[in-house]
Amino acid sequence: MTPELGQFALVLALCLALVQAVFPLIGSINRTPSWMALAQPLAWGQFVFLSLSFAALTYAFLTDDFSVLYVAQHGNTQLPIVYKISAVWGAHEGSLLLWVLILSGWMVAVASLARNLPPEMLARVLAVMGMISIGFLSFLLFTSNPFERLFPIPMEGGELNPLLQDFGLAIHPPMLYMGYVGLSVAFSFAIAALIGGKMDTAWARWSRPWTLIAWVFLTIGITLGSWWAYYELGWGGWWFWDPVENASFMPWLVATALVHSLAVTEKRGAFKRWTVLLALMGFSLSLLGTFLVRSGVLTSVHAFATDPARGLFILMFLCLVIGGSLVLYAWRAPSITPGGGFNMLSRETFLLGNNLLLIITTAFVLLGTLAPLLYDAMGWGKISVGFPWFTAMFVMFMPLMVVIMGAGPMTRWKNQDPKALLRSLSLPFAISVAAGLLVAMPFGTGSWSAGLAVGLSIWLLTTLLYGARKRFQNRSGISLIKDIAGRGSRSWYAMWIAHIGIAVFIIGVTFVTQFDIEKDIRMSPGQTYEMEGYTFRFDGVKAQTGPNYRTQFGTVRVFQDDREIAVLNPEKRTYTVQTNPMTEAGIDAGFLRDIYVSLGEPLGGGDWALRLYYKPFVRWIWLGGLLISLGGLLAASDPRYRSKVLARLRKPAIQPTLAAENHS
Amino acid sequence: MPAFVRYLTPLILFLALAVLLYAGLSRDPRVVPSPLVGKPAPEFVLPELKDPQQQVALADFIGEVTVFNVWATWCSGCRAEHPLLMRLAEQGVRIYGLDYKDDRADALRWLQQFGDPYIANAFDESGRVGIDWGVYGTPETFIIDKQGVIRYKHIGPVTVEAINDTILPLIAELQGTPG
Repeated sequence: MTPELGQFALVLALCLALVQAVFPLIGSINRTPSWMALAQPLAWGQFVFLSLSFAALTYAFLTDDFSVLYVAQHGNTQLPIVYKISAVWGAHEGSLLLWVLILSGWMVAVASLARNLPPEMLARVLAVMGMISIGFLSFLLFTSNPFERLFPIPMEGGELNPLLQDFGLAIHPPMLYMGYVGLSVAFSFAIAALIGGKMDTAWARWSRPWTLIAWVFLTIGITLGSWWAYYELGWGGWWFWDPVENASFMPWLVATALVHSLAVTEKRGAFKRWTVLLALMGFSLSLLGTFLVRSGVLTSVHAFATDPARGLFILMFLCLVIGGSLVLYAWRAPSITPGGGFNMLSRETFLLGNNLLLIITTAFVLLGTLAPLLYDAMGWGKISVGFPWFTAMFVMFMPLMVVIMGAGPMTRWKNQDPKALLRSLSLPFAISVAAGLLVAMPFGTGSWSAGLAVGLSIWLLTTLLYGARKRFQNRSGISLIKDIAGRGSRSWYAMWIAHIGIAVFIIGVTFVTQFDIEKDIRMSPGQTYEMEGYTFRFDGVKAQTGPNYRTQFGTVRVFQDDREIAVLNPEKRTYTVQTNPMTEAGIDAGFLRDIYVSLGEPLGGGDWALRLYYKPFVRWIWLGGLLISLGGLLAASDPRYRSKVLARLRKPAIQPTLAAENHS
Repeated sequence: MPAFVRYLTPLILFLALAVLLYAGLSRDPRVVPSPLVGKPAPEFVLPELKDPQQQVALADFIGEVTVFNVWATWCSGCRAEHPLLMRLAEQGVRIYGLDYKDDRADALRWLQQFGDPYIANAFDESGRVGIDWGVYGTPETFIIDKQGVIRYKHIGPVTVEAINDTILPLIAELQGTPG
């Protein structure tokens, strides 16, 4: 009975979405307040019904209701409770349900937090989100119903892909979806502004915190995915340029550009058309990602079970949403008034430069991802664009991007005196070139790539420190704390932390690529092996049993200077339902290096093939990701974005200037 | 008017992309493989993996029942099925491999670490032969009879059930027929 209720709730949510897409929009054009006012309760209604529906599916998993096809395929009685819950979004149908639930969550957030918006704007934003909701709900109901029944009812279910039975992966998709779907808010704001024909700094201010939050989720999601791939796949890799990874990386690149360009539009009123286009592109690329992952046009390690009918449906939806929004753009963009002029040398120019580089990089990633498809469609044969191609492309653009990233924040808005800029940049430049050269010399590491990476990181670091010094010069004690906590400058500290994150990330990536060591060896119990000053002692493998798997549980002790520093337990698990063997690596994580051991094959007589890795600075990759996310969060928490709510609560007298801006 | 055209550029780019995606849908890679079962196996000649001077060709298969396994080191499913292939080889099944779009050094290390169940491996660096054989993902496993006709194709990692219920009985049956 519950599955039917879940499905019924989905149908109701679709009905509400239909109303939400039409009436508030018409109301906003006719200026009918009662029609516009429909949007908020409708958004809440969708959220309630989708929560019910999601709860129904979760309940089916928890109670092992194998009369539901989806549960029978992806759940079984032996699954630990936490994975019974994460199994809800472990495959196509359920993950799509999570997707629409999150969409309705964002709608409710907009409906309740953005009360300061003019009613027409809010009605339009929610109407556009309602349209997106219609598309996904019909996709769910007509091609991918998670509540489909199965008869006869099997005694035992299938198995959640063992790769997904892991905590990191249980929370990775929700994070990523929060990001993907969150970009729909920026998209809807852009569409609403295009419909209204009013593109001003207020619009940028409204959409900026939403974009930032979505971007933070996307960053966390991608970082988690990379971390998961590292410890779960047993190969020690952290990024594979797989189509599905690219599908998440492209919206991230565009959202990064958008976050920066929104700042320009908000502060200087410039780049309006460009910002709108980026907002449209960001969500379009997350839709494209959905298409690529779920249609089966590209093969990937973690593609969903696919079906061409689904592919066609998403493609049609894609054309409606993206095509429609770009038609609207072509119609409205010429009437957007350009604002905030700037000179050749100004912060605007640097930001524009980085924006362009980010978009070019996105284009290359898109090209590399779609090249196999293009070749096939043109009858040029089949190709696969591999790892080296993407890496070369990235190495080509990244240095320039970082150079600009260092100089940008030191530059004034609108107009910068070249001499003053050169003066302030010369010291950081000298330090970073010197550091890079030192590292690149034979007595350093002897690697030019490492030298370049260190040089770039130091460049970012020194320019940021220089900026900080300038900021702190005239402030001390209380005024400094006020500056950090107060309005106006929080975005500067946010930028500071996020850019430090980039510097940390660059070091991590380059060092782990350049200096990691990997050895495949055969070891007998008791045997030792020396690597990078560490002694590895293999203490054999024991058979053990987990909740829903059997495992070969290895023990490797690691010594440094005759002192035991770690006991690693690489495992090979066989999950009982699918007899799929899975590798669990044994990792000793450290700030400066990881030691990573994975079990190969038994070679007879207690001997095993082992794979030992030494991975310098690998943690810095994810540390960088975390710092970037932290910066984003800080920027989104800027009191300026809540000022209107505050102003309303505490009487307007506090911020007369901002209150005046409300209606601009 | 030119201004309007300028703002149409994103739309035009998107439409081109949509056409490409549509073409990709109708060329769904899944549609290719099934017609091959019951047909003569596609001809090929490729360098051997371990010794590039040697060649592996379809002609090597003729006269005996052969299992032809498509694999690569970058494929996690191949890693999963590898122990089962080792077991099959121990039972005397003739397995040839097609090392698909791979790196030779990686592949050699793989065989060294996990064991080598193959009589020989055709090294298909470009993936050209894989396309002729309708490979759309790795691993895939073909059974070819004594005349060189494809009798069965298994998509994805072979499982214990597939070996016991399908692969071994089919091999036994095919071996009974004259060559």
